[in-house]
Amino acid sequence: MQELKNRAIELLENGTVARVLGWKIGENTYDPEPAFFDSVEAMKDFVYNNFCAANLSKYMIEASKLEGKTLVCLKPCDSYSFNQLVSDHRVDREKAYIIGVGCKGKLSIEQIKKSGVKGILSVTDSDPIQVETLYGNKELPYTAGMLSRCFSCKGKEHVVYDELIGESAETSTVDRFDEVRRIEAMTPEEKFAFFQAELSKCIRCNACRNVCPACNCRKCVFDGNKFDSAQKANVDSFEEKMFHIIRAFHVAGRCTDCGECSRVCPQGIPLHLFNRKFIKDINTLYGEYQAGADPEAKGPLTSFTTEDAEPSIVSKGGIV
Amino acid sequence: MKRIALENLPKLYAAIAEKQSLILPVKKAGQTNFGLWTEEADVDLATLKTVKSAKDAFFPQSETLYTCQRDGKTLSLQPEKLEEEPFVVFGIKGCDVRGIQILDKVFLSEPVDSFYCARRKHGIIVSLACAAPEESCFCKVFGIDCAEPEGDVVTWIAEGYLYWKAATEKGEALTAQVADLLEDADTAAVDAQKAAIAAIVEKLPYANLSLEGWNGKVLNEKFNSPLWEQLYKPCLACGTCTFVCPTCQCYDIKDYNTGNGVQRYRCWDSCMYSDFTMMAHGNNRTSQLQRFRQRFMHKLVYFPANNDGAYSCVGCGRCVEKCPSHLNIVKVIKAFEKEGK
Repeated sequence: MQELKNRAIELLENGTVARVLGWKIGENTYDPEPAFFDSVEAMKDFVYNNFCAANLSKYMIEASKLEGKTLVCLKPCDSYSFNQLVSDHRVDREKAYIIGVGCKGKLSIEQIKKSGVKGILSVTDSDPIQVETLYGNKELPYTAGMLSRCFSCKGKEHVVYDELIGESAETSTVDRFDEVRRIEAMTPEEKFAFFQAELSKCIRCNACRNVCPACNCRKCVFDGNKFDSAQKANVDSFEEKMFHIIRAFHVAGRCTDCGECSRVCPQGIPLHLFNRKFIKDINTLYGEYQAGADPEAKGPLTSFTTEDAEPSIVSKGGIV
Repeated sequence: MKRIALENLPKLYAAIAEKQSLILPVKKAGQTNFGLWTEEADVDLATLKTVKSAKDAFFPQSETLYTCQRDGKTLSLQPEKLEEEPFVVFGIKGCDVRGIQILDKVFLSEPVDSFYCARRKHGIIVSLACAAPEESCFCKVFGIDCAEPEGDVVTWIAEGYLYWKAATEKGEALTAQVADLLEDADTAAVDAQKAAIAAIVEKLPYANLSLEGWNGKVLNEKFNSPLWEQLYKPCLACGTCTFVCPTCQCYDIKDYNTGNGVQRYRCWDSCMYSDFTMMAHGNNRTSQLQRFRQRFMHKLVYFPANNDGAYSCVGCGRCVEKCPSHLNIVKVIKAFEKEGK
């Protein structure tokens, strides 16, 4: 962390960058917040620890409009989102100085609490995790606090960077399509019941949409005042049958599977499953494709080849 | 003081539900929220905080107000019926009870909100004391005793029993309905729990958060602070904090086109959203900084200015736990304290 902080200060001081986009220390180890630092003095609050899960790439949309370069800290998986935003013409590569920061899997306080830990006074981001609570102390293996997305990590390589600081490790233990296959194996009635139970929890806070780097429209269709269903009205039937599915369709081919949607959902809805189903189908229909791996690549749904799947696949029941 | 063994709670739920609908914390797909009791419901009193507060029971996130129907040249109008039947909300924590009292200040003052008023009249609140407060809790700061909440009936879970104390006439009437299931008890177990909780509350990280400098008289000073410029930046402009909050009370009214009519509904609004208080001339808050500032100014300055100094925050800590960017009211208060502004 110190090396990263020193380097950021150096780049600020020598004028290479006008500001730093990183994380600011929170009230505790576990609640750092995304932040812009525009002076060496402000950098005293800079932190990079294993709870810095937020993907900062989307903040670069605003930063691209500012004078000068922004130093942005990207973890390996965030770098895919950054590239995709460049492909979408929403982020200017020239406005970013990317430090690829090391990542060995990120922790989440919500995940730690799922282990039954309550009344947390302090928590380390070490392996094992040491937790001091009002009701006694506990030691947890690192993986007990790790975000579920990190168990199907995209790897330790950054796909775009100006320099790298810190070591990364691949943390995959499961195939990311396993969960999708489990759902594909369900009967239509079981699938419907599963998604209905999950999606009826939705409170239309729009956190999934607002955090999503692929949801980068200047104005969302759901925010338009000509749209009959308000973007904030919580109506189960709409969330169960429309909203999340429309959103998944809209980001299909551009979703890098960064997992932010599921991380931020206050109701714990596994939203990433929709996106993974689309990724899996795209791989089957158009060949293996990882959004964000190459900013020059033509997206499977935005280019045409004679090898493409025919629309008739839908009437044949699609891919199950 | 009365009590009932925890294993007999399903009988208590059934007895209450026989006479009126019963709303209580129910776990569904891994998350606990207030929901209607049925025999199949997975009642969860162990989870300290429901994701959403109990606010929905009195002020639902979305509700129809009336429906217009066109039939040829006739236009008919059907107002939505007001709540006429009693219902019980069971398991509300002290912070959420205070949240409802804050909503009362808004919806029961002139002009009275008839939908809310009808629900308050018919709703019976059975509160539940907290047995294990968590790190995000700071209700003490607002003078709330989580070990002895308010309510029509107050309950405690201790040593294998649910202790039950009627506190109002409504509560007495409900107690009479389920009297067969309750037995007399002394207060020893409850007293012990209250003492233990009082000690724990003192040790909570935000127990001594200072609200000094926040009141209804500092409008311009707080409004014009340069700190907002720093504070709002990580905000994603989602509505999580407002929708999980027990006191956020802003709503929007919209029309849904039913094809040959209109369904007029209201739904919670969020000051974080770009169309918040949108008017014909446009929006009077055009930046996220302004929208972000609105939420904290409302809770800590505007609301006290209009309500004899009462803050519209109860320290439930839901926003502390749920903000995707780890921003929250505690950080805002502390940032101002640090800067001495």
